[in-house]
Amino acid sequence: MKTKVILAASVLALFSSPAMLVTAYGDPAEAELSIDGEKIAVTAAAPEGHPFDTLYSGWLYREPETRALEEDSFENPGMFGVEQGAELWSVVEGSAGKSCESCHANPEEDMKGVGASYPKWDADSKRPINIELQIDKCREENMGAEPYKFDAPQQKALTAFIKHQSLGMPVKLDLSEGEMQKWWDQGKEMYYTRTGQLNLSCSNCHEDHSGNMIRADHLSQGQVNGFPTYRLKQSALVSVHNRFRGCIRDTRAEFPKAFSDDLMALETYVTWRGSGLSVETPAVRQ
Amino acid sequence: MTSTLRALIVASGFGAVALAGSAMAQDVKPEAVAFSDSGGIETPVAAQAGSAEAGQKVLTDRKLGNCVACHQVSTLDAPFQGNVGPSLDGVGDRYEPDMLRAIVVNPKKALYDGTIMPGFYTLDVGKHVREDLVGKTILSAQQVEDVVAYLQTLKE
Repeated sequence: MKTKVILAASVLALFSSPAMLVTAYGDPAEAELSIDGEKIAVTAAAPEGHPFDTLYSGWLYREPETRALEEDSFENPGMFGVEQGAELWSVVEGSAGKSCESCHANPEEDMKGVGASYPKWDADSKRPINIELQIDKCREENMGAEPYKFDAPQQKALTAFIKHQSLGMPVKLDLSEGEMQKWWDQGKEMYYTRTGQLNLSCSNCHEDHSGNMIRADHLSQGQVNGFPTYRLKQSALVSVHNRFRGCIRDTRAEFPKAFSDDLMALETYVTWRGSGLSVETPAVRQ
Repeated sequence: MTSTLRALIVASGFGAVALAGSAMAQDVKPEAVAFSDSGGIETPVAAQAGSAEAGQKVLTDRKLGNCVACHQVSTLDAPFQGNVGPSLDGVGDRYEPDMLRAIVVNPKKALYDGTIMPGFYTLDVGKHVREDLVGKTILSAQQVEDVVAYLQTLKE
């Protein structure tokens, strides 16, 4: 029943946004978040060399009703995906007759911290890989199974499940591994490159204008610590590469393929920009 | 020469004159737009004068200017007006028409390079422009003049 009330309130909020727009102007909300008793760092001191002093989770830029949805796991619609991921964990697939569970018997323990530390250097492919690519690597090398198609429901569910095991842990990348620093540099260059007919870079909105309203959207710092994120607009879990592509598409540009070098570099850099914020997966956003 | 043929020649002569007439009053191509030393654009980019009424539609239409996504106009009854850019209330007092035109055409030239505001009538755009939009501007020359005409009505 409580779920229904909150959902109704958030639907109402969507319709009453013009009035709320007046109150939502400017700074992120001052609020604290804990999920299932786990304290979530929604602010963090920026790492050295960061353009901001303080990092803010996108949670602080959302309406109170949306924030409330994330606060309670029973109301968070993204938790369906996490539960699906938990079920997939023990499903045997591929020629080796294995499931994820065959190697990682206690995901709640074994996967703790994993989601907070990716993208990670992959010596085999000589590039950073994210959770989605790590799952594919396991499937191909250990299970003898096909990699998932981009944004397959199973890919999103397993990624959300794995990242959820790091809920509350601070995002921290190891840039000293392999050539991570070089990829970080490339990602940074992408972040500041204007694309498309609208001639916009990531930084134009998420660095220069975070806190402003663009239409009914309160521009955040564009942090990725909550991905895959449940997006109310799409009524689905949305992967980080899906969101990157959506943003670039909105500049009226051709957009890179998921898991391409361009987007892996961007994910590496943007993830670093959220260093110290807690993993929030599955976050709930507008 | 038959009278019919003579009539045809005369008619085609008029046709040629009419064509030449319209060719003289063409829109300024985006690559030919000239900025003055002070950063403005004095010559209208469209052959026809701008219509403030049409301009108001361009301002609010998401598929056209979508200006209110980032700017507020208090007198407009449009939902979800943004504040990424400054309010346009009184903008007709603050800028002369040549500057209004220049800012709409290409604010990166008229204002400063780092501004988030897109240029609505320029081919100086970002990388990897969507294939079907290559060589195209966001607004037509006429729509730019319509917007400029509307902005001039925003006085306090």
